[in-house]
Amino acid sequence: MRPMFIFGEIVNGLRRNLSMFISVVLVTFVSLTFVGAAGMLQMQINQMKGYWYDKVQVAIFLCSPGSTTANCSSGPVTKEQQDNLRKLLDSDAVRQYVNDYQFESQQEAYAHFKEQFANSPIVDSVTPDQLPSSFRVNLKDPQKYQIISESFSSQPGVESVIDQRQILEKLFSAMNTASIVAIGIAAIMIVCAALLIATTIRLSAFMRRKETAIMRLVGASKAVIQLPFILEGVLAAVVGALLASGAIWAISHFFLTGYLADQYKQTAFISDAQTLWLVPALIALGAVIAGVSSLFTLRKPLNA
Amino acid sequence: MIRFENVTKVHDPRAKPALDSVSVEIEGGEFVFLVGASGSGKSTFLKMIYREDVATSGSVYVAGHNVSTLTSWRVPKLRRKIGVVFQDFRILPQKNVYQNVAFAMQVIGASRARTKERVTDVLAMVGLEGMEKRMQHELSGGEQQRVAIARAVVNQPDILLADEPTGNLDPTTSEEITEVLKKINANGTTVVMATHDDDIVDRMRRRVIELSRGKVMRDEAKATYTSLIPKVTPATGTTGEAQA
Ligand SMILES: Nc1ncnc2c1ncn2[C@@H]1O[C@H](COP(=O)(O)OP(=O)(O)O)[C@@H](O)[C@H]1O
Ligand SMILES: [Mg+2]
Repeated sequence: MRPMFIFGEIVNGLRRNLSMFISVVLVTFVSLTFVGAAGMLQMQINQMKGYWYDKVQVAIFLCSPGSTTANCSSGPVTKEQQDNLRKLLDSDAVRQYVNDYQFESQQEAYAHFKEQFANSPIVDSVTPDQLPSSFRVNLKDPQKYQIISESFSSQPGVESVIDQRQILEKLFSAMNTASIVAIGIAAIMIVCAALLIATTIRLSAFMRRKETAIMRLVGASKAVIQLPFILEGVLAAVVGALLASGAIWAISHFFLTGYLADQYKQTAFISDAQTLWLVPALIALGAVIAGVSSLFTLRKPLNA
Repeated sequence: MIRFENVTKVHDPRAKPALDSVSVEIEGGEFVFLVGASGSGKSTFLKMIYREDVATSGSVYVAGHNVSTLTSWRVPKLRRKIGVVFQDFRILPQKNVYQNVAFAMQVIGASRARTKERVTDVLAMVGLEGMEKRMQHELSGGEQQRVAIARAVVNQPDILLADEPTGNLDPTTSEEITEVLKKINANGTTVVMATHDDDIVDRMRRRVIELSRGKVMRDEAKATYTSLIPKVTPATGTTGEAQA
């Protein structure tokens, strides 16, 4: 087999069939970009889980002057109420579930708030006495949140008990849903890509029916006859995959690390290097889609 | 070289068979004319040899191999031993003369150097030297058929099959094309030529196999287009002087 000859046949085929080639490139580009975006979302979810799960706590917010809940109707938390809560946290019944806890004063809450929203004008409109003080509790087993909630939510001086993990779970499940939607769109687009590749191969087989007839007549092997068609489809899909890789890298570089990471310094975002791991996967996926689609198409004789 | 044993080919069960119990043997190096009315089964006969069609019953042997039972992945190997030319030339319009002939070698993996050497030789042999760069629209019918013949023999097949190769050509050009086939046959290639052209058959005086409705009607050495033996020859025959 002569690689240069086969390569020349592919280039000839592409020249004659350029608009179909471009449409295959674009469809695989869009579908694999969705696959890549879904992959990035999953990586981001894992990244955030790893980062947050050992940091998240149960927060027992104490009544502040601005509290409106019924439990706070008697006014801001008193020194005595605070001491009682501390005793309860140190009691044997609660201690067995708790790793450690800290008290966060209104001043500390304000300092944290300023840090987290450093770039936001909201900081200027918030004062320390608007933010509640709280006990930050690290649980031995994060699943045991219910026990803390039951013991503390109705204690005098407690505004509310919040499991930060549950807030994160909501965020993660939203991200998960988004990635499933992206996979769903990608699946439809991949079906489009596969059908389009099949149509392209049929069309280009039809346009080259004279050549293939001569090839069969003079005894060219099936591989030599079919390879240009298969490689044409695979080449288009790989070009599409490269464009998709470029797109997800651009999303990662300019949007994630360039913009979001700057806006939300507390959050751990995936890096460009991590995103690049998706590139070989996308290229392989593109090549497999095209290869499978063309093998299916070529099972019927090419001369039709 | 080629042997048909009771070969029957049925395309359409409601119609008469295209070939009906044909038994024929063709030796290596022979030049054979296959004659008969349109629809008598000449093309089908040739297709059995290069396995474009498979016999419904009976066996076809080519160079010692039973073609009827050949698996499809072995067909390319058989085809490399057989060259085929047609009435309609089948030149690839976007390739020039040289590329058309070289194509037959490239697709079976011949090296560039070997291809150049063989194509140059073969183009000279069919009388096309100096026309390497011409495209199809710059060639006469006769020249196009020479390209097709060059392509058919460039891989040095044992057998050359020609299905009405002069069917689209004027008498003088037909004569020239037949001379090329004769030259190829003189080099040892077995040639089987299906034709309607009585002038050529009568002048060449080679073996003639006549088909009629799929049956072999006549198989004669050094024969003419119309059999001289049983029929009363009418006055129209220019070759009528050859009385047995
Ligand atoms: N693919 C086919 N399907 C159905 N009938 C066919 C096919 N090929 C040939 N025939 C029939 O077989 C008979 C012989 O055809 P063919 O071999 O082409 O004759 P010739 O070449 O002598 O004109 C004809 O009656 C033709 O109609
Ligand atoms: Mg015919």
